[in-house]
Amino acid sequence: MEGFMAVVVGIFFTVAIYLMLSQYIIRILLGVAILGNAVNMLLFVAGRVTREAPPIIGKGADMLPATAANPLPQALILTAIVISFSFFAFLLVLAYRAYQTLKTDDTHQMRLAEPEDAPPPPLGY
Amino acid sequence: MAAHDAPYIFLALIAPFLAAAIAPLLTRALGHWAALPLALVPAGIFAFFCRALPDVQGGQALTGGYLWVPSFNVSYSWLIDGLSLPFVLLISGICALILLYSGGYLKGHPQQGRFFSFILMFMGSMLGVVVSDSFLMLFIYWELTSITSFLLIGFDHSREASRRAAIQALVVTGGGGLALLGGLLLVWNITGVSTISLLIEYAPALKASPYYFAALLLILGGAFTKSAQFPFHFWLPNAMEAPTPVSAYLHSATMVKAGVFLLMRLQPALGDTPAWETILPVFGGVTLLAGTVIGLRQTDLKLMLAYTTVASLGLLVMMTGFGTPHALESAALYLIAHALFKGTLFMVAGAIDHEAGTRDITRLGGLWRAMPLTFAAAMLAALSMGGLPPFLGFLAKEEVYEALVGTNPRALAFTLAAVIGNGLMFALAFAVALKPFVGPQRDLPGPHHGAASVAPPSALPGISHSRGENGKAHGHHIHEAPPLMLTGPVVLALAGLAAGIFSQAFHATFSSPMTSAIAHEAREITISAVPHLSLPFALSLVTIALGVVVYFLLDRAREAAAASLEAIGWGPDQGFDQAMRGLIKGAHVITRKIQTGRLETYIMVVFIVIAATLLLPMAIFAEWPSLPVWPAEAGIHELVIFAIAVIGLFAVVRAADRLTAIVSLGIQGFAVALIYMLYGAPDLAFTQFMVETLSVVILALVMTRLDLQPSDHRHGREMVKDALIALACGAGFTLLLLRAVQVPFNTSLTEFFSQWSKIVAHGSNVVNVIIVDFRGTDTLGEIAVVTITGLVILALIRIRVGGDVKPADNDPERSA
Repeated sequence: MEGFMAVVVGIFFTVAIYLMLSQYIIRILLGVAILGNAVNMLLFVAGRVTREAPPIIGKGADMLPATAANPLPQALILTAIVISFSFFAFLLVLAYRAYQTLKTDDTHQMRLAEPEDAPPPPLGY
Repeated sequence: MAAHDAPYIFLALIAPFLAAAIAPLLTRALGHWAALPLALVPAGIFAFFCRALPDVQGGQALTGGYLWVPSFNVSYSWLIDGLSLPFVLLISGICALILLYSGGYLKGHPQQGRFFSFILMFMGSMLGVVVSDSFLMLFIYWELTSITSFLLIGFDHSREASRRAAIQALVVTGGGGLALLGGLLLVWNITGVSTISLLIEYAPALKASPYYFAALLLILGGAFTKSAQFPFHFWLPNAMEAPTPVSAYLHSATMVKAGVFLLMRLQPALGDTPAWETILPVFGGVTLLAGTVIGLRQTDLKLMLAYTTVASLGLLVMMTGFGTPHALESAALYLIAHALFKGTLFMVAGAIDHEAGTRDITRLGGLWRAMPLTFAAAMLAALSMGGLPPFLGFLAKEEVYEALVGTNPRALAFTLAAVIGNGLMFALAFAVALKPFVGPQRDLPGPHHGAASVAPPSALPGISHSRGENGKAHGHHIHEAPPLMLTGPVVLALAGLAAGIFSQAFHATFSSPMTSAIAHEAREITISAVPHLSLPFALSLVTIALGVVVYFLLDRAREAAAASLEAIGWGPDQGFDQAMRGLIKGAHVITRKIQTGRLETYIMVVFIVIAATLLLPMAIFAEWPSLPVWPAEAGIHELVIFAIAVIGLFAVVRAADRLTAIVSLGIQGFAVALIYMLYGAPDLAFTQFMVETLSVVILALVMTRLDLQPSDHRHGREMVKDALIALACGAGFTLLLLRAVQVPFNTSLTEFFSQWSKIVAHGSNVVNVIIVDFRGTDTLGEIAVVTITGLVILALIRIRVGGDVKPADNDPERSA
């Protein structure tokens, strides 16, 4: 099963990276959102997958049954989902504000920090 | 001195740095009189090291030190012998005089305390250079002298000429320092020893090594840049931008001798080979002639002195390179004589500048009435520099000729070079020391008193050419320099005279131990100031005659030198400017190429590197995973969910309008949530549902407010290129994951959590226990991140940009 899922994870990465290579901010953001899912799935599959047995210790038992899912990647992913969501929301608002000010989301035209016609550096001492 | 003196020696070596730390405070309290207490530090060091004289006279070397980095066999260790002790005494003695002199020279300057501090730091560094036994310690102190020299040359940093000279000196001498480091490390590798005192034992092995020549070239690179040998000489005259006390101390008496010192120090280890005896005399001889000829052209007192310093350093390198007993004796004598007379002459030039307001030789004249004591000191120094008996300079020059004369072509050529060089130096000595004082009285700009305290720093003495022209400063009464500024030149000039008269005692105390240390065998110098008829004496007479002729034809000689130099037109000084400009332009071009300002390019580079990082190791080590098999056990519902996820992904890419894109994003997100659900992760599934819902809502809110075209803008080649990069990355991650799941799984962490979740943390949901208990601090950090992000978002939304203010406009006045 992991082998098949690895291919799906690869598709997630491919799509995310293709979107992020765009020149428009809004598509880059879509890519970032998908990239979060791709990374989470990578972690999930790397921790091996089991079917339908959540890592919960049953009544009367002191330990997980052998068939239970691996809890460690789940804990990692849970944190990652929340962080990537706040990151995504922040980027989205930042892009929105940039658009309001610059009237564009084309990164080729966002050249305030590195203007195309920047003067050459001074040659004196 | 004995072994128990080690802590005191260490204290003496760090004392200048401690004094440098308090110098600014002291100057704030005492004004220019701070020079007196501060001068006690170098004077104390001078007195302390005088105690070592008897030991060193007996041929002993004081060694000691501390382990610094024992694991690399690096020590802080000193070697005080006949060579380093005269240097130590010159450095500390002249420093005391220079501090007094600067007290008067920079009186009232707002940064006088900083100046004292730099000078003392320099002295500490220079002491370190000459007493170092360990290679690494030598290198560190060597570079420290470059850095302090940079600070002192650029002291008047509001002028571009100062800044240029400072940078130039740092680049040339600092670069040479790196070459020196390379050479020392090479020597360390060849011989296995890292101290100079041990190195001499390994001299035969070192000279036989195939790396000898490379090591020699690197070390010479360090010595030649520091000691301003042609073609690296150009930084030294430019360094005259520094205040005159600096020129007197660093750029004539001490720092520039560090290169010569190093050559003398390594003469027993590296010398006596054909390479050594060719390179050193040739470069030294060329430097001697070039220095004197360019010096003739100058009209500025300090620049004339600077070029004669270059010439003298050339003579010293030349004599050290010859390596014969007489040559080494003459180098030792000339080195001390030069420090004494050149220090004096620089201080005299500064005093003239300070009192008369100009350093231009063509404008000065008739000062002897006003400044008799300065004149006397100048004459004593010039007589020594010109090599007249009974001064120390005479002994040195006789010894030079004694060493050089011979009948073979080589000896003749170098004798001729020495005679011409010395003759021109004689003329320049008197041009500096006699011309300004004799002749009719001139109309001069007048003293600088108090100017520094009211005028900006550019009103330092020495930039006075404009002062005379503006006409307001005429008709001053020029008088003798203040006592603080007279002490130095008078003491040094008298020392040069005394050393010549009492030559037996001088040889026994200084020059014989010094020569013995350079040659690494006992030597005795006997030359005295009494003229005796011999070939060297005849050469001396020729030299003096040549000097007198040139002195009287100085103006014509200056024109001739200027004409021939202009015919050449290009020099290393212009070359330095071209190199620096080329560096800046080259850096600009490269930066523009790499940092295009396009986000697309940066992201592309990042992902190409990621793809390479993922794929190359597997390709290189042939660690490809085996291909995945079709999951026969997977139920149809599982496959459908995967299919939905993939369809959602492609729908995002292909979406023609923004609503489709948002909905498709939601589809893949919910499909991921379902996948979590299917494979035993209900917590993840719930969180994913929540987050995806929120993402879609926020995205819809933002995107519907923007007038955007969400469909793919790329066409043709661009699309193929981006798709290839994305595919390479995707394939890389797939292969990585495949490889990862095909190795045995390490379950130790999983077992730990499984074992202790219930028993220790009393929770049955292991994922929750990990988050809130085992890794609780991580979760706290996560919450903090979410909170801060929320605050930032709030702030971003509430900022309202008014009017036409540019976002990149950081001018506080305009954005206020």
